[in-house]
Amino acid sequence: MERTEIIVQLKAIVGDAYVSDAPEDLFIYSRDQGVQEPHLPDGVVMPGSASEVVSIIRFAGRENIPVVPMGGGLVLSGLTVPLKGGLVLDMKRMNRILEVNESSHYAVVEAGTSQGMLDAYLRKHHPQLKHSLPDAPPAATIAGNIAIHGSGHLSQSEGGFHSEMVTGLEVVLPTGELVKLGSCSTVPAWFSRAPLPDLAGLFLGWNGTTGVITKVGIKLFPRPKYHDVLVYMTEDIDLAPMVLGRVIGTSMAEDINYALAPKPDYLRGFQMTVVNFTANTEEELAFKRKTLRSVMKDLYETRDSGFMPVPPNMKAGFLEAPQKALSKFADVRKGGGFEYVGAIMPIERIPDACRAGMEITARHGITYSLGARIIGRGNAAMFFFAYPFNRVDMDEVERVKKALEETNETALALGGIPWKTEVQGQQAILRQMEPGTYALMKRIRAVLDPAGIMNPGNWEVA
Amino acid sequence: MESTYRDILHRCFRCGWCKFPLNYTDFNCPAYLKFRFESFSAGGRMWLIKAWLDGEIPTSDRLGQILFSCVTCRNCVESCAMPLIKDQLVDLFIAARSEMVEQGIIPPMVRDYFKAVSVSGNPYRMPREDRGKWAEGLGLERYASQEYLFYVGDEGAYDELGQKMARSVALLMVRAGISFGILGEDEITDGNDVRALGEKGLAAHLAEQNVALMNRLGVKKVVALSPHAFNAMKNEYPKHGSKLTVSHYTQILKTFAAKLAPESGSGRTVTYHDPCYLGRWNGEYSAPRAVLKAVRGLRLVEMDRAMQNALCCGGGGGNFFTDMLGSGPDLSGRVRVREALAAGADTVAVACPQCYRMLSDAVKDEGIEDSIRVRELSEIVEEALGEG
Repeated sequence: MERTEIIVQLKAIVGDAYVSDAPEDLFIYSRDQGVQEPHLPDGVVMPGSASEVVSIIRFAGRENIPVVPMGGGLVLSGLTVPLKGGLVLDMKRMNRILEVNESSHYAVVEAGTSQGMLDAYLRKHHPQLKHSLPDAPPAATIAGNIAIHGSGHLSQSEGGFHSEMVTGLEVVLPTGELVKLGSCSTVPAWFSRAPLPDLAGLFLGWNGTTGVITKVGIKLFPRPKYHDVLVYMTEDIDLAPMVLGRVIGTSMAEDINYALAPKPDYLRGFQMTVVNFTANTEEELAFKRKTLRSVMKDLYETRDSGFMPVPPNMKAGFLEAPQKALSKFADVRKGGGFEYVGAIMPIERIPDACRAGMEITARHGITYSLGARIIGRGNAAMFFFAYPFNRVDMDEVERVKKALEETNETALALGGIPWKTEVQGQQAILRQMEPGTYALMKRIRAVLDPAGIMNPGNWEVA
Repeated sequence: MESTYRDILHRCFRCGWCKFPLNYTDFNCPAYLKFRFESFSAGGRMWLIKAWLDGEIPTSDRLGQILFSCVTCRNCVESCAMPLIKDQLVDLFIAARSEMVEQGIIPPMVRDYFKAVSVSGNPYRMPREDRGKWAEGLGLERYASQEYLFYVGDEGAYDELGQKMARSVALLMVRAGISFGILGEDEITDGNDVRALGEKGLAAHLAEQNVALMNRLGVKKVVALSPHAFNAMKNEYPKHGSKLTVSHYTQILKTFAAKLAPESGSGRTVTYHDPCYLGRWNGEYSAPRAVLKAVRGLRLVEMDRAMQNALCCGGGGGNFFTDMLGSGPDLSGRVRVREALAAGADTVAVACPQCYRMLSDAVKDEGIEDSIRVRELSEIVEEALGEG
């Protein structure tokens, strides 16, 4: 079918205002903020309801047109770039908050709902509750984040990756059927992923290659009144597992992050363990502070380490969620860009990952920020190798690209799993994957998406 | 485009903070709120301007729509995460418009606006001699060395609601005993929106004409009806030799608020809508609220998006005249009056003639005339005085 006819058909579904094949729109939707090559879509379409998504997917299936669902479009690794053309399905018109269950602690939102909007809504209408915010800007969407196994500021204390906090899904299958998964499939409530095995898992962490998520049930958690932060400084990378282990062991930290960077100069060579903790009373907060400090006592008495006095302006930054500092990092090179490899890895590999990141960046002549967030009470770390670059310095862009590829390989070699990784990283994972697992994945995808229209080019062997 | 702006275009990360207010309540960029394509966000606009200047995308009607639908409300400046470039965002968008103006490739509605201002001396294409009609029957003095010149601008002169507002403010200033005069048909367009739409030459010409007129008359202090005129005279005219002390009328009324306070007062629940050119452009959030708070019995409630977080009415940046945002339920004016209603208000107080018109029309479009009304600030005071 000719592009003009495709656009006509799509306009009939969502209205003239929400479809475009204008060069300006195709330009913007052909690329993200990272260093992956752009690929032009044939059109951009913005559905306003699940039934419109059904109509779009059925049309795309009939005409064999690739469809790439997009939330906030902030992954940096090209996962919403249409590698094989087709349609970008921008979900952000579907941003209604449908339900908050105060008793059973969950919210139901449409797929385009942003992290920021849910946070603002909860602060106003249900101030005793909060959800786990990723470090991404507030424009990141709830559905986009669970589709990539995202994590956030409650991932340490409240049960792991955001995909694990899902209590139910509504999904449009690549064949056009609308399905509900979890308790919402059987009763009018979204409190659990039962009955049946975890069918929601078929759509979590697949980067939009198995269907289009249209609604999400997501867990909410208490929002304690008091909040503080401690920062433990070390100068020996090998201390990281011990320091982190002691903090985790107190069961008192809400969020635990570890970081090192070459700037500012006076902190070069130091590592920060940032411990956020909350409480319902000042007494509880003081008790937690005292306990967290006490577990480090022998360390700071015998080693070159200790708690850093945190000035108020710095503390405000540590307590902020979502953090603007992460976006500001893109301007470190005065060039509006940064890329990173996230790698889910065992905590004991953090020191090796830090060394590897420093070696790779030194070899490619680029700068870095390295670190990790603890996931699930110490089950894993989400390690990040972040490399800022100047968007108009093409030589630097190329060096960052090479560093990324090398970092993906290194993360795998260290026993980690590259997270929401670009196509090259996906292929590196597939090369190392058990052949039986890969075959199973292919069979499942073939069942779900027989025409192969969903975000093609991802999770495929080159 | 000036290198100052060219040199920062690539530094936008397109992280999207600019779409929201500081409290993330909802999308707060009127162009993005309306069109929803990433291309209409401030970040998208940054990337597209760069692509356009680099020759990667052509000049087109769509590009014109994207650039000229920005309402210059400065929400993006307020919320951008990049401290080293954020202050220049809107100036950069205006510079990109100027580039289009210089190349002669602007949307027809923008061209018509410039033509009307150039030929008729006002965007309404109304006769110049009608400029002073708003004041007929009020007995106001022409400016002749009174303390203040009261400048009402195009909307105060020609728009029905703007005229109503100009009369109400003038009468309240008379009641307060403020010494002021008007220019009547001698007023000249202030040029704020001409500049915002990128016609730097015409804006400079209008500024020079106004400065020359006021110098000739010996004007020292100006009270502006519109935050747009206030902004131009306060921030742009000094570049053309002006030494005027410029106030928005709410800043003057604030001084007299206690004196004007009626005895019995109002039983209204009022929410105040911050105009962008008074609030985010000039940091004035307290004066209008002080005036409202002086009205006894008036219950002032805030919308979710207030002060730095206010949602523009959609009229800024010349859109009041060019209508580049068009219509529909996602038009920011309509979203704004729904928000006012949700805040529990029965009255939206405005302090800008453009906001007055935009929000009044939005109330009609929403069909909520029975639930909420739009009134200009001095009208609310006068109403309370009448009841007192």
